[in-house]
Amino acid sequence: MGKSDIKLIGSWASAFTTRVRIAFNIKNVEYEHLEEVLGKKSDLLLQSNPVHKKFPVLLHDGKPLPESLIIVQYIDEVWSSGPSILPADPLDRALERFWAAYVDEKFFPSLKLVRVTQGEQLAAAVEAVGKSFEVLDGAFHQCSKGNAFFGGERVGYLDIAFGCTLAWLRALEKIVGVKLFDEVKHPALAKWMDSFCSDPAVDGLIPETDRFIEFLKLLPGAPPRH
Amino acid sequence: MAEEVVLLDFWVSMFGMRVRVALAEKGIKYEYREEDLRNKSDLLLQMNPVHKKIPVLIHNGKPICESLIIVQYIDEVWNDKSPLLPSDPYKRAQARFWADFVDKKVYESGRKLWTTKGEEHGAAKKEFLEILKTLEEELGEKPYFGGETFGFVDVAFVTFYSWFNAFETFGEFSMEAEHPKIIAWAKRCMQKESVAKTLPDQQKVYEFVLGMRKRFLGE
Repeated sequence: MGKSDIKLIGSWASAFTTRVRIAFNIKNVEYEHLEEVLGKKSDLLLQSNPVHKKFPVLLHDGKPLPESLIIVQYIDEVWSSGPSILPADPLDRALERFWAAYVDEKFFPSLKLVRVTQGEQLAAAVEAVGKSFEVLDGAFHQCSKGNAFFGGERVGYLDIAFGCTLAWLRALEKIVGVKLFDEVKHPALAKWMDSFCSDPAVDGLIPETDRFIEFLKLLPGAPPRH
Repeated sequence: MAEEVVLLDFWVSMFGMRVRVALAEKGIKYEYREEDLRNKSDLLLQMNPVHKKIPVLIHNGKPICESLIIVQYIDEVWNDKSPLLPSDPYKRAQARFWADFVDKKVYESGRKLWTTKGEEHGAAKKEFLEILKTLEEELGEKPYFGGETFGFVDVAFVTFYSWFNAFETFGEFSMEAEHPKIIAWAKRCMQKESVAKTLPDQQKVYEFVLGMRKRFLGE
């Protein structure tokens, strides 16, 4: 089967798309990346994900599949001969799924709130992000079991889920001029961030900070910043 | 090794019911502990410190939280009977997608039916009926969302059936009139012992929601 049987509709700037691309890298699978234009959803996207109209959407032999974490699990199960993305033990799997859901439902939304708030609301948003890092620090110690990654010795499901939000973290720290992540307080997480970004499966996929800052300027809702 | 399975739950929670249905499907013996959500037990706070919510499954002392994650865990551990997720990866992914859709849409939208009034309520009703329409389209002519057999998406959604009376009354519509296929599907699921024995009586649920609504709207 050639490269054209696997298509990924997404965007370089989308954390969710990047998750899928990392998963493909781990499995050493080639795919065709179809870049969406900001502000104009392609017909293919709307046909492939009529329910949510969002990317990423995987098209495997023409069969569409949306939702980044569902796609990542699918990749893990289909290309089962490659390195595992989810752990084998059901309890460890449940734990990584739990924390990935936390990232998507609590951490990432609180991080995104920083972009669109100012004054007192911004201060509250910054505090919420700080609290989230405390929780995720605990998660790291629980999941990593002394290893470099949440998934153990290699980048896994939760590393991918959480790690792809790092472009937002770094860009927002520069945009609002406030430290959102305290590496002194969370040395293990700080080390993990470096390990994740420099991992061969991830290398080059996390948007470079200044380029991402320019991208964020194109999104609506942000108050004027000095 | 003797399996110790404990479920921290609240009788009316459609999320907790999902776990009870899954446990029943697998024939797993467990200890059910009813939580008072206005006075949460130390055990609950210890086992789910992040969200402090039910359901929590405690398996040999280890907690698993979030209903759909718990159901997948149950399916993976007790994999000798009644598989809930399909074996084909694409079908499995689709099942996860639709269960996730139910999670993201049905509860929040349903909740607005009794927490809003006037124009907001009109919009909520429209949104809720659209969501049910999407689910009805996905069901199509299949006996279950899972196809020929009861599966993950059925577990995810059928527990809301116990809330239908409440949705209908506060939403001011008839489920049978608007979405007869959903009712037919729910009744088919109710023929299964695991579902029939788990879901509480719709009238009891309605009375509970009525009480919540009064407190919420300050009536």
